[in-house]
Amino acid sequence: MIRFAGRNLQTLGSRVRRSRLASTLAFVETTKEGAIVPSSLNALAAAQQLGNNITALLLGPQATSAASVLKSSVQCTKLNKVLVSDEVKYEHYLPEKVTPLLVNLLKDEEYSHFVVASSAVGKNLLPRVAALLNYQPVCDITKIKDAKTFVRPIYAGNAIETVENTQSMALVSVRASAFEAVPEGSSESAVIEQISLSDGSTDLDVQWQSANLVKSARPDLSSASTIVAGGRALKDKETFDKLLVPLADALGAGIGATRAAVDSGFCDNSLQIGQTGKVVAPELYIAVGISGAIQHLAGMKDSKKIVAINSDPDAPILKVADYGLEGDLFEIVPQLTDKLMQARK
Amino acid sequence: MASKQLRILVPVKRVIDYQIKPRVNKTGTAVETTGVKFSINPFDDIAVEEAVRIKEKNKSLVESIHAVSIGPAKAQDILRNCLAKGADTSTLIDSKDVVLEPLAVAKVLKQVVEKQNSNLVIMGKQAIDDDCNNTGQMLAGLLNWPQATNAAKVEFTDNGKVNVTREVDGGEEVVSASLPLVITTDLRLNVPRYVGLQNLMKAKKKPMEKLALKDFSNVDLEPRLKVLSVEEPQPRAPGVKVNSVDELVDKLKEAKVI
Repeated sequence: MIRFAGRNLQTLGSRVRRSRLASTLAFVETTKEGAIVPSSLNALAAAQQLGNNITALLLGPQATSAASVLKSSVQCTKLNKVLVSDEVKYEHYLPEKVTPLLVNLLKDEEYSHFVVASSAVGKNLLPRVAALLNYQPVCDITKIKDAKTFVRPIYAGNAIETVENTQSMALVSVRASAFEAVPEGSSESAVIEQISLSDGSTDLDVQWQSANLVKSARPDLSSASTIVAGGRALKDKETFDKLLVPLADALGAGIGATRAAVDSGFCDNSLQIGQTGKVVAPELYIAVGISGAIQHLAGMKDSKKIVAINSDPDAPILKVADYGLEGDLFEIVPQLTDKLMQARK
Repeated sequence: MASKQLRILVPVKRVIDYQIKPRVNKTGTAVETTGVKFSINPFDDIAVEEAVRIKEKNKSLVESIHAVSIGPAKAQDILRNCLAKGADTSTLIDSKDVVLEPLAVAKVLKQVVEKQNSNLVIMGKQAIDDDCNNTGQMLAGLLNWPQATNAAKVEFTDNGKVNVTREVDGGEEVVSASLPLVITTDLRLNVPRYVGLQNLMKAKKKPMEKLALKDFSNVDLEPRLKVLSVEEPQPRAPGVKVNSVDELVDKLKEAKVI
């Protein structure tokens, strides 16, 4: 009866706090091959900061194997349960298919927090789930002050907002670059549990057709410790590759680009860094021929050290760069590559 | 075959112009908005453009394009622009100074969708002020429609399906869905056109329904997140200029990043 009353208030949109147990459900994304997606490891670290016990949720055909990978490869002391459903319909994480399951899991009183990485999958999924549960999520958080107070950038990182969640459950997406990933190790005490919930999913007519993913031996942008990025000044695709690839090789770095470079066809748009692309925070960020528009800065200004190589002394990038080298990038970049190769030897 | 026709709804938001560097107000509660240039949210501009292009490509496919905005009275300027670009009709929902969270916006939009009998919503993937990237997904959820977010390409197939190429981490993927559907736009989808003065004048004759938030009194618009403070980001320590590649390499070694 009490439960019924609680539900009713919730549907009325009241902000009455129900007593939820303090525990966190963390959505863990896996690759097609069954590896854990790096951004999910950052999200787990954020979940750990909340102080509650964590239940991880893994979905899709590779979920069972990924669950044991998770248990044996990361040290997450708060992780005490891993829920697994390897139903094929969860492959590709189509929100229409995954949402009913999440809604079912989260409407129980068990969880006080739901955490996802703000990856493409997380961003696609979380708001749909939240709306159906009648919650406003807190998106792309960069800091956890306490279990209900979160910090997030707004206006492309030009302002930092601190918000208090006044709802009985907090649904958050985590900006991966703002949290260190959970360390390697093992979480032996976690219990793996298969779930088979009848999720009452209505069969919406939506199908995953195909993917065109960029295969690369380079470190993934979101987790690379060094990134070399190029802008429009690199002129064309050939020059972009000719100059940046050897430099990135010399540093073992990931390659990124500005929106202008992507639009000009120098590289794939998955390499785009900025407000509308990836947000990165490597140890070292080398910006080559990048002027430093607001939208690009939003994606990289939290890098530890920034190097700017630019011929324009007034380029805004020089204002955020720790080391600015003014000059012709067509001369500087090959020289730098040579020096770095020598330094490596 | 009228049922196969598209009745497109395009929600648009008035935001601080993307070229303006926002400043935090003196009390540290929000971003300063007085005397600041406002424009249509760039992602929404792309949504309008896409709707108009779909209509131009196949006139018989599109029955109507309706633009809607929830915002201050001044948001009618951006709606006029949408009409000038090719939207047929519009609704302005005057919210005065009230700032709605995405959940509230999605709930209001749901009612607009129902009233307009829309079967395709095209909207920006996120607003460049709150950077939430929520409303499209929420609206799709509330309507129980499929969603295709971060669209880089939208194609209508002969069997009435819509193939949407989505930008995802690591590349792109294609999903196929049938109507009704919510699509959110990524920057790569198209390049919005400019509006000529002539079209802008013509657009003044196009209908603009004016509503207020109180017309949605059955919707819970209460904020769920309390903004405690808004601050300027920590400024970076000023950097140094180096004069040669050698000096740069030395500095990087010193900083232990290589």
